[in-house]
Amino acid sequence: MNAQTAITEGHADTPKGNYLTNGSTLASWLLTKDHKRIAIMYLISVSVFFMMGGLYAATIRLELLTPASDLVETATYNKVFTQHGILMIFFFLIPSIPAILGNFLLPLMIGAKDLALPRINLLSLYIYWLGGGLTLFALMQGGVDTGWTFYTPYSTTFSNSFVMFVGLGIFINGFSSILTGLNFIVTIHTMRAPGMTWFRMPLFVWAHYATSLVMILGTPVVAITVLLLAIERATHVGIFDPSIGGDPILFQHMFWFYSHPAVYIMILPGMGVISELISNFSRKKVFGYEFIAFSSIAIAVFGFLVWGHHMFVSGQSIYAGMVFSFLTMVVAVPSAIKMFNWTATLYKGSISFDTPMLYAIGFMGLFLIGGLTGLFLGAIGLTVHLTDTYFVVAHFHYVMVGGQVIAYLGGIHYWWPKMTGRMYSEFWGKISAMLVFVGFNLTFFPQFILGYQGMPRRYAAYPEELQVLNIFSTAGASVLGIGLIMPAIYLTHSLIFGKKAGDNPWMHPGLEWRTSSPPPTENFDVMPVVTWEAYEFGEESGLDLEGAKRRDAAGVA
Amino acid sequence: MADTHNEHDHEHMNIPKYIGIFMILVVGTIATYYAATVDMDRFFPGANTLVALLIAFTKMTFVMLFFMHVYWSKRLIWLAAVGSFFWLAIMFAYTMQDYLTRGSGTFSG
Repeated sequence: MNAQTAITEGHADTPKGNYLTNGSTLASWLLTKDHKRIAIMYLISVSVFFMMGGLYAATIRLELLTPASDLVETATYNKVFTQHGILMIFFFLIPSIPAILGNFLLPLMIGAKDLALPRINLLSLYIYWLGGGLTLFALMQGGVDTGWTFYTPYSTTFSNSFVMFVGLGIFINGFSSILTGLNFIVTIHTMRAPGMTWFRMPLFVWAHYATSLVMILGTPVVAITVLLLAIERATHVGIFDPSIGGDPILFQHMFWFYSHPAVYIMILPGMGVISELISNFSRKKVFGYEFIAFSSIAIAVFGFLVWGHHMFVSGQSIYAGMVFSFLTMVVAVPSAIKMFNWTATLYKGSISFDTPMLYAIGFMGLFLIGGLTGLFLGAIGLTVHLTDTYFVVAHFHYVMVGGQVIAYLGGIHYWWPKMTGRMYSEFWGKISAMLVFVGFNLTFFPQFILGYQGMPRRYAAYPEELQVLNIFSTAGASVLGIGLIMPAIYLTHSLIFGKKAGDNPWMHPGLEWRTSSPPPTENFDVMPVVTWEAYEFGEESGLDLEGAKRRDAAGVA
Repeated sequence: MADTHNEHDHEHMNIPKYIGIFMILVVGTIATYYAATVDMDRFFPGANTLVALLIAFTKMTFVMLFFMHVYWSKRLIWLAAVGSFFWLAIMFAYTMQDYLTRGSGTFSG
């Protein structure tokens, strides 16, 4: 079967229905095994957690508008920044791209009918709800004040907040992550369509493969660490508390063995999204496909070797610090490979500045700053000055918000027409993308300076001479907040009032664009046979641009 | 395919063999208890911990090979199992490089 035939046969001119119309009862959603419906339920759930985490962020920025601790008490402030971190990291940043975009797109991109383990996929959602529900319950009961890192011995011995409940929530939620990663690996190994070789897979899939490895290898360790913390807290067995024979630095080793790679669980899927956006909106084959693919694996592997750079001033051995510092510099190499290759892809590309591409370009600039400032913090001497200052906060947010959140937004905008069958307003999309970019920089760039000037993180009060930059930061957070609320409005609006998207509104060659929008429950009416390379815009891909335009015109009409 | 795989496993394992493996695990548990009551640290510091870990490692190997059927699995499964051990070794090794060099050498003061 040649490429053109495969595409024509894989495409339904008159789709029988789609995954959204295949049952409308609550049970049809709650008991579904369709990866697309599960992804939509994740989208709603994760968005709720994102909004809650955002409210805590707004409280932090409002408190820091003035030097005195006048909006909330200092003890409450401890809880506010802790809960901001816990909700954002464990319930938004980690699951967002894999559980929403990965769940929805991975089978479509490799030509599969579903994930390999659909019931496990639904189970992972239920586990996420259970873990999230327990955590929310604990927050409503009074919350937790340990910081999202749960450092011992404060968390085991001194804190009188709801450490056990929140720890249990995170412990349970970890299994959701493990099951999702397991499902992706099995699916990629066993469910690829005929002709979809490893090196024809979209880089989004490679990124999710690497992410899944980290999820499976790292998440059990944090689960065990939190469990040990709970055991010590409940039974006073000496594990981490030095007063009863434990070692608090052991907690940090175990915690960061997972939690540093967790940064890559958050950012690697984002990098996968950016690879798709850069290549497709440049209408050009990605530069150095194999290097980008293997750099994802390299990041996943090297990411496990650098955790000690979070512990330079903890009392860790100086020799261990030197080894971790060196390895931290090494992990910058595969990230740089991606940046250089994306830039080379743009060169002489036919670039269009649609909303997703604005996010992708924004990502490149912001992640560059986030990555390079990471080298400052990885340098064992300089970091003594910068540890626990706002420099760390700024660096982390440049990677996580400037990287992951921007990539997530870019991905949501890019695949929204496929997920819903509707187009959103490009005008408002572009306005929102620019507000997010400007607001983000205004919020977090001043924090580099504040940190370098010595403003510590996790304090509700600060010296008066630091107020101007804090006002900039809070003002920026307002702009960022508006920029983030806007997509929630115009994307929801598009569900009813948006024009029909057509099957391939961007005219891109990926398999996900070769089925109807929204896709049928089985994803493809006929099993696709892949005869073209990834990001192939030439005739070899069988991309029937004229036909697609005709179908879209008919669909819109 | 999956059915064939299960049938293949059943050829190798049966109830008496499962009970045999279980008994090995019980013996290992008892050995762990008694090893903890003997002061082996007089030979070298940490000897008790080392013995406890060796017994635990042996028990874990039996569980993986026979209860989890890795022994009869294809190479990809072996790779996953060995890779997991390698990752565990990374965590142990890099944590121990901290403990074993703490407070010693040029920077000890």
